[in-house]
Order: sequence, then C-alpha cells, then structure tokens
Amino acid sequence: MATQPKAVPAIPIILVSVLLAGPVLAGLAGTILPAIGYLPALGHNSFSLEPVRHLFQQPGLLTSVWLSIATGLTASVASLAIVLLFVAGWSGTAAFRRLTRFLSPLLSVPHAAAAIGLAFLIAPSGFLVRLVSPWATGWTRPPDVLILNDPFGIAMTVGLVAKEVPFLFLMTLAALNRPHVQEYFKAGASLGYGRVATFFKIVLPQIYPLIRLPVLAVVAYATSVVDVAAILGPTTPAPLAPRLVSWMNDPDLTKRLMASAGALLQLAVSATALATYLAGERLVASASRRRLVTGHRHLRERAARYGGLLVMVIIIVAMILSLLLLGIWSAARSWWFPSVLPQVWNVMQMTDTLGMSLGLLGTTVALACASALVATALTLWVLEARDHRKSASSRRLKTLVFLPLLLPQISFLFGLQLLFLSADFSGTFSAVLLAHLVFVLPYAFLALSDPWARLDPRFAKAAASIGASRARIFWQIRLPLLLRPVLVTLAVAAAVSVGQYLPTLMIGAGRVATVTTESVALASGGSRQATALLALLQLGIPLAGFTLAALLPALLHRNRAAMRLER
Amino acid sequence: MKRMLAATLGLLGSLMAPVAASAQEAANDPAWQAVLDEARGETVYFHAWGGEPRINAYIAWAAREVANEFDVRVLQVKVSDTASVVSQVLAEKSVGKVSGGAVDLVWINGENFAAMKEQGLLAAPGWAQTLPNWDYVDVENKPTVVQDFTVPTDGQESPWGMAKLVFMYDSARLDTPPATLDALLSYAKANPGRFAYPQPPNFYGTTFLKQVLVSTVPDKAALTKPVDEARFEEMTAPLFAYLDALNGSLWRQGRAFPKDAAHMRQLLADGELDIAFSFNPSDASSAIANGEQPPSVRTFVLDGGTIGNTHFVAIPFNSSSQAGAKVFANFLLSPAAQARKQDPGIWGDPTVLNVAGLPETEKVLFDTLDLGPATLTPEQLGPVLPEPHPSWVSALEEAWTTRYGAE
Repeated sequence: MATQPKAVPAIPIILVSVLLAGPVLAGLAGTILPAIGYLPALGHNSFSLEPVRHLFQQPGLLTSVWLSIATGLTASVASLAIVLLFVAGWSGTAAFRRLTRFLSPLLSVPHAAAAIGLAFLIAPSGFLVRLVSPWATGWTRPPDVLILNDPFGIAMTVGLVAKEVPFLFLMTLAALNRPHVQEYFKAGASLGYGRVATFFKIVLPQIYPLIRLPVLAVVAYATSVVDVAAILGPTTPAPLAPRLVSWMNDPDLTKRLMASAGALLQLAVSATALATYLAGERLVASASRRRLVTGHRHLRERAARYGGLLVMVIIIVAMILSLLLLGIWSAARSWWFPSVLPQVWNVMQMTDTLGMSLGLLGTTVALACASALVATALTLWVLEARDHRKSASSRRLKTLVFLPLLLPQISFLFGLQLLFLSADFSGTFSAVLLAHLVFVLPYAFLALSDPWARLDPRFAKAAASIGASRARIFWQIRLPLLLRPVLVTLAVAAAVSVGQYLPTLMIGAGRVATVTTESVALASGGSRQATALLALLQLGIPLAGFTLAALLPALLHRNRAAMRLER
Repeated sequence: MKRMLAATLGLLGSLMAPVAASAQEAANDPAWQAVLDEARGETVYFHAWGGEPRINAYIAWAAREVANEFDVRVLQVKVSDTASVVSQVLAEKSVGKVSGGAVDLVWINGENFAAMKEQGLLAAPGWAQTLPNWDYVDVENKPTVVQDFTVPTDGQESPWGMAKLVFMYDSARLDTPPATLDALLSYAKANPGRFAYPQPPNFYGTTFLKQVLVSTVPDKAALTKPVDEARFEEMTAPLFAYLDALNGSLWRQGRAFPKDAAHMRQLLADGELDIAFSFNPSDASSAIANGEQPPSVRTFVLDGGTIGNTHFVAIPFNSSSQAGAKVFANFLLSPAAQARKQDPGIWGDPTVLNVAGLPETEKVLFDTLDLGPATLTPEQLGPVLPEPHPSWVSALEEAWTTRYGAE
C-alpha cells in the first residue's frame, strides 16, 4: 500500500470538496450581498444596513424566530427520545422486527405528502372526526376547533416527529448492527440489569457517536423546514422559514433584499438550535455519568417499555392511515363531511392523471437513479481513498460533507441559482442533477461511511497477503460484503433526490419538471384528488428503491446465512 | 377616473386605427405572416399556475391546437406561484442574460405585472395590439383589458380572461346570503366560525381587504394613485374598524386563516365554512361539474358591485421564442379558444372578447354555452369595482400583518 502514489487518493476528496463547498459558498455569497444592500439588477449598487433594519421591523419576527427554534428542537428531541426508548425496550424481540418492517418504508414518505395526509386525518373535518360523527358526537357540521395551524406549533411538531422518527430509527438500527452490540445486551442482562437500563447505561454510550450527526441534521432540518410548516404550522405569524420563502416570492422585488437578510437570520436560528442541542447533550452527559455507575438495575421498566411501544405504534398507524387516506382521495370524486368514505368515486380521472404524469415520472426516476449512482460511487471512492490516508483531512472532509445538511437550503439557494445562471448552465437535466448532488451526497455519506468503517479489515489484509490488487480487493471483497448497505445508500440517495423541490425548480428554471414540482404546483390548487395522486406517485419511487434494496441481497445471499441482516 | 379612462380609450383608438381591418384580413397581413413564419418550429415555455387540473387540461388542448395549426410547440411549466417566475426572470437579468431566457410566456396580472414592468423585465410595449385577434377584444366595455390594477398595460400583456370577485355558499345550509358587507358582518356574528378570508399576503385575502377598502374608503379617487403614506391611516380606518369587528367571529376565532382560495373552497366543501369566494364567476358551476362541491352550491355578489380585473399573458424581455409566444397568445384570444374556456365544463373563465361584435359564426359559440346552475348572469353580477393601484397591496398587507398576523 505504501507504494501507492500520494496524489491519487486526493482526487476524490478534492472533487467532493469542490462539488459541495463550491455551490454552498457561492450560494452564501449570493445571499450575503443582497442582505447588505447589493443587488445591481434592482438598481441597488451600494452597501447599506437597510435590509437588516427592514427585516427587524417585520411584525412578529421574534415570535417567528422563537417558533422555529422551539418547534425544531422539541420535534428533534422528542423523535430521538421515542426512537431510543423503543429500541431500548424492544430491540431483539419479535415485535421489534415486525415494526421495523413498517418503519423503514415510512422513511421514503415525502414530508409534504405525510403532512397533507396527516392534516386530513386530524383536521376538525378530517377522517377521525368523520369516523365518530354524527352518531357519537352529534356533529352534523365540523366543530370549529383549532387543531391545525395552532399558534404554538403543536400540529407542526407532531408532523415533524412522525417524519423524523423513521429516519432516526433507521440510523439507530444501522448503528446497532455491529458485531459486539448484542453481546452488550447479553452482558447487561446477565448482570441483572433491566433491558432499558442495559441500553441506556451500556449500549447507548457506545452507539451515540454514530447517530449524533443524523440527529444534528434533524435539528438543522426541523428548524428550517418549509413544507411541513406551511401545511401544519402556525400562520399568525408563521415560523421564520416559510415567511422567508414568501418574502423571496413577493412580487415587490425590493423585499428580496430583506429576504436575504432573513436567510442569514435563519442561519443564525439553526446555529442557535444546534448550539442549544449540543449544550443540552453535554449537560445530560455530565449529569448522567454518575448514574451510569451506581449499579441500580432498574428492573421496573414495564411502563417505559410499553410507553415506547405505544408511541411507536401510534406513529406507524397514523402514518399508514394518512397514506391510505391519500390513496382514497386519489380515487375519490366527491367526499363531503360527515361521510367516512367518498360519496362518488372516479377512477377514470386517476388513470388520466397517471397517463399524463408518465413523462414526469421518467424525469424523476432518471434524476433519482443518476444522482443516487453518482453520489454512492463518489462516496465509495472517497471512503476507499480515505482508508489510505488517515489524517486530519478526513475530519475536515466530514464537516464539509455535512455543510449542506446543517445550513438551511433557503440561505444559499438564491445565490446558487445566480451561479448556475451566470455559468449559463441552468434549465438542463445535468444542471439539476448537479444541484441534487449537493443535497444527496451528504446523505449517501451518512448512510455508507459507518458500514464501511465497520467492515472487518482482516478481509482486505488476507486478500492483500495473497497478492490481490487494491482494485480487486475493492470489487471482489469490499463491494460484495457491503452489498446491502450500498443498496440502502442508493435507495436513501434516490429518496432524497425525489424529495428536492426548491433546487429542482430554481436550477431547472421550471424546464425540468418532476413529480415533486408538479405535486407542489397542484397542491396550490383545490383538487385534492390530483394532489393526493401526485403525492402517492412521489412516494412510489423511493418505496420501490427501498423494496429493491431489501429484496436484492435476500435473493443474492439466499445461500449465505451470515450475510442476512437479522442476527 | 372616468376622464383617465376616456383618455386611454382615445389613445388606444388612435393606436388601433391603422389595424381596423377584420381579423380575417389581418391574418393575411404580411407583418403577421412574418411572425408566423418565424414562429414555425419554435418551442414556447409557457409558465402558468398549475394548481387546477382542468386549467392544465385546457392549456394542453390549446397547445395541441397551435402545434397542429402553426407548428409551434407549447410546453406548460406548472408553477405554484407566479411570483417565482418574476424571480426567475429577475435572476436572469441579474447575471446579464438578455436573451435565451427560460420563460417565453407567463400568465400574469396585477402586482406581478407591475413589478415586471417597473423593473424592465418585459418585452417591448405594443406587441399585444399587433395580434390579429386583438380586434375582437372588448376594450370599450372591459376597461381592465388595458389597465391592469390601474397600471396601463401599454400592450406589454395580452388579455386572456376576466375575473370578478364572487361569493359561494351552500344553499342547503344558508337560505339568503348576505347582500352587503354589514349583513356579512351580522351573519358572521350570528354564526361564529363559519366565515373566513385567506390570510394576506395571499392574493385572495388581500382582495377581500381591497373589497372592504373600496366600499368604505372616504376618498375613492385616492385609490387610483400610489398610496400616500401620510393619509394611509385615515383612508384605512373604516376598513380596519370593520375587520376588528369581524375578527373574533371568524373561523378559528381569527387565530388561523385559510391558506388561499383553494383551501377556502375545500373548507366550504368540508362544511367548515358557509361562505367562500372566488375570482371566477363560474367557479361554483365548474366545481359542481367536477364533483368538488355539492350541487346545492350557489353564487352571490354584494350590492354595489365587487372588485374585478383581467388576467393576461406577457412575454419577458429575454424570451427565447417571442414569435412563438405571440402566435400562442393570439390563439388564446381567438373566439374558438375563448368560447371553450368560458364553458364551465372545461374551465369556466369569462371571455375578454366583445361577443356582440363577433361574426355570426363565432358569436354562436358563446350564445350556445351552458353557463351552469351556479353562475350569475352578467346583470346579476353587477358593476365591476376597479382594483386600487398596486402600491396599496403591500401597504394593506403590512398593516394587516401588524394587526392580526403577529400576535
């Protein structure tokens, strides 16, 4: 290995750096300049603090900021707590395996689709109320109660939790799937610790470092989310991110300067939330250090165990019901309160819409496949190269890779659009692909770097000792051993690509239409049928990806017991 | 106001004098023939709101027609908010992209048009009047076809359809709808939680504010001019007194508002609201036709008239297929396309043409239209109140947000 020229491993790292840091930094510059008053196209050629002043004059700005931080942090911490409690209480049981099968596909549900379905489930005129009206409640008209868009953002927090739990769960599952974890469980049990106590005292301290970055990504995302906030969140005033988007889209173009200042504020908001989370993390760590070694066995854990299970089941049932409702809507023509099921069905229109969406579906699938393949290949290349130069640069690389996840999208997208336009490279498939990669690559890295690190190095050493080349080791040893995580990475990457709305719209100049852009456009109108159908289509692609990722290894490894997931 | 209108009309009359030939002859006009020749084989990216499947289907039909007849390919770019199109063109201008822009034609009006016009984002003035079908446009009786929110269109946008604020209600739940703003207020107070308006800055929410404003403002002439900051408080005092009285009786006690008109219409269908509103007089009939609303839904307007305007298509300054865009705009103005659009089973959008002045063969297309059970006749629709100057929009929205949108 020492004979490898040093320059070779640097290429993928440089490539990834340019691909990620380039757009992000250029995008940020394109946001900062207008924020300090510079936007020549509108005739603003000098610098001033006017946009910032204008921003702080906006009514309810502090409430918006507070809402963003509070709902984002609450949703993230609650999601983490639910996942950990459930994993602690049930990992390794039959119930756990059964629920896992439901949770992984839920990861592929796009945020907006989940929010639309959830809204129709819990609204005062929604499905749950219809189920009990009017026979049990006497309601012939929906009650006038504030369930959605409540000023405290409770509905929004619930929506975010329902969406983030599957993601954090999958990440925790991956972290748990390492050689010695099951032995810790056994050791804990043999020492007389309760199941939950074993997890929190022995297992969690070991796997927490592995799920920390995903949790931080969730915090950053939840404090800057636009679509869930717009559907379920408060509006008087709204959290900062949806207000930002509406300023960016205001026909009064001078608001753009203020919006740019707002984007910087959003950056500060997400940073504050992240800092708060990290501070809380330290506090919990130092406060619990003593409790870890008290030797208290915590055997009375029934309440905790069943509590965790109950919340998890509620989330799964709510999500599945929401999706079923979308399914019913997509075939419904008329469905008036208080009918539990549609009065008039119309499958014809469904097939019409499907027929018209075939082109969109093609573009979406092509984009998803291309960005998943490129992102996964690049990630593998970087990991392979990094193995051969363990240095401080790999830490820096890690930070760099997560930059696009930790920065709110809207804080640099407008700048990114200008960059693509001035390079005369927008409105094409490849431009959109490049933009997707900025957001897809970090997730690919997130999903793959850990299984890669976990791979027993003795395989490669044994191969090298009998003279296998680096390329051969990679293709014939590492890749087959990593088949399952690689396929999951491809599926995650494809799902992330399908979910991209703003980058597709802004970099694609509207010319690259996907199921997602179409579904957002339709959601702005009144046709629930079309909206529901498009949301389902949007869900179908990643779902297919995850199904393939689960089926292929099972088929290929059907004769190899040790390669199965469930051990 | 009247004088201004007359002046504009006079100006237009003189502009149009040389093209007084009928559209048939104009089709043989060499200048237009040149446009047709240039357009052949072009692709037009038409950025249009894509929220309504029936409108998307209509645009797809129109696209097929021009593809067959003129060899122009039209692709609808479905947008959720026209302002994002303004942003796109602005971004292109920011980096000096003066040709080959992504937007060839855009469905637009009001504030978005005013913003694009002011920032020089539109194609040179006058092209709309060169369209052969311009001759059929009802400039005389529909002054808003040349005055978009009081801003002269200067031929930088071509009219496409007429809009008028109408209210919808379910006659199965509500016998006699309120006919005045005061009656509406009493109704809301007697039935708390059954009336709402979308939250400004949503277009429809702002339109409701404008409707109350034009009905209560002490000095109506002030609305035709850019907003005077010093007098804004005084001008809007009656408006906000009205909204204050209404607020507590609104849906969800005014603590949440519907997102937009579509959301409000869904709430009407869900039975949460008793009254919703629309900018399309045939919306209720269309919604009944496609099953979205119960058959008992009907339309009403307020005594004394409601706000109305025209929506248009415009060509950005850097459009890459201007000729193709003109050919499509001209097709959209044709009696056949306009009559089809007015059919509530198709779309239900009122025409911008002067139907009385059409040749007999084309007039019959309109005369035989069934406007549906819930559409009011032109007499019932009452007078059109003009839109205030676009500068009022921001001012109203900001004042509203300060009062109700940021508790």
